[in-house]
Amino acid sequence: MKRKIVVTIIIIICFVLQSTLFKALAIASISPNLLIIVTSAFGFMRGKKDGLLIGFFSGLLIDLFYGGTLGFYAMIYMYLGYVNGFFRKIFFPEDIKLPIILITASDFICNLLVYFFQFLLRGRFAFPYYMIHIIIPELVYTIMVTVFLYFILLKINQKLEYMEKRSAGKFV
Amino acid sequence: MKRKPRFKIPSKYVLMGLTLLCAILVYASFTMNLSGGPLNTAAGYVFIPMQRGINHVGLWISDKTDNLKDLKDVMEENAKLKAQVDELTSELNTIKLEQYELNNLRDLLDLDQKYPSYEKVAANVIGKDAGNWFSIFTIDKGAKDGIETDMNVIAGSGLVGIVTDVGPNYAKVRAIIDDISKVSGMVLTTSDRCIVHGDLQEMNANQNILLTDLKDSDDEAQAGDPVVTSNISDKYLQGILIGYINKMEMDSNNLTKSGTVTPAVDFEHLEEVLVILDKKQLGTEE
Repeated sequence: MKRKIVVTIIIIICFVLQSTLFKALAIASISPNLLIIVTSAFGFMRGKKDGLLIGFFSGLLIDLFYGGTLGFYAMIYMYLGYVNGFFRKIFFPEDIKLPIILITASDFICNLLVYFFQFLLRGRFAFPYYMIHIIIPELVYTIMVTVFLYFILLKINQKLEYMEKRSAGKFV
Repeated sequence: MKRKPRFKIPSKYVLMGLTLLCAILVYASFTMNLSGGPLNTAAGYVFIPMQRGINHVGLWISDKTDNLKDLKDVMEENAKLKAQVDELTSELNTIKLEQYELNNLRDLLDLDQKYPSYEKVAANVIGKDAGNWFSIFTIDKGAKDGIETDMNVIAGSGLVGIVTDVGPNYAKVRAIIDDISKVSGMVLTTSDRCIVHGDLQEMNANQNILLTDLKDSDDEAQAGDPVVTSNISDKYLQGILIGYINKMEMDSNNLTKSGTVTPAVDFEHLEEVLVILDKKQLGTEE
């Protein structure tokens, strides 16, 4: 229960910051994607089910406020969270390489899918342009934010896991 | 009590179920123009106050820093402007006379009905698209303030976009620079109609939007001509300024022209917008 509340608050804060503060701090009108960091991080820290649920709700929020079709982002984020869950087995909290690689890959794939469904299918074929001016800058910016946000999420998750373990131990 | 042996659904079934739900939602929003409904209401009450709060703080901080920086500039500017005021006052007097004359003539021609003063409501931009692909933003006025889907949004004198979705206390606006936005426009000087549509690539590179299908058989439209919304548009009110033609070229079909338009509104620094509460009246369907 406590976990659900904390995760909900994290998603809400990240979504609000992403659509306000980070839009104001945008470099060349590109801003980072915080929700993909949250989805991906909880995916490989907690497993497939948490990943897909967090992804689904993060995506649904984007759909509700800024999406054209309801369910589009929800689907993408959900699958990204699910796939990230497969990497839980080889995830170690001390190692920053795997999280960076996974979050980078998630952001990249997310943008590729958005390009494919929302741009390529409408006949916007200048992929190199979108690659250089949208996808790569967002990737770089997101990685920069990841370095800070990931450690915050990691600490929160460790604290939650510690508390869950303790309260479970009480009733044995 | 915490260790109740409850049944857990395997994650692949959750995934399958939610995938199905998403597919249905996507299908429904394509076919029935579905919007969030109750979800909109719930989400609106949670997020809009927060976004509004952050924006207030942000604006306050940027205001304060700007104030300090600007004070010196303003002093200099003040002296310059005072001189200009004198100059303009005399100019204004002549214009007032002309305006008076114009009004009289307008009354005579009964032209007033063509340019009705629309009822407007002011709103603040409180959040922008979470990704970097589209130009959708939310404003802090919604159904409670009388805003409905398809209402036009302007800022200053230029067209900003159109309301695509409404919650109780917020509304979603698609800007005309958005990649999938299309507006039926008209070159004011020649009354030739064209299509103005947003383009992410052109907007990023040159801060312009595209203009296509301009039928200008007399070859009269020139760069710098204002483009306004046309009379045949079914959602945009007639005669709202979109922007000015930047450059134009004849298409390969030798019939139509296409080019770029510089929007009249500064989309980069959009803070306050006006929503026109009158919707375009289309003759009642029989």
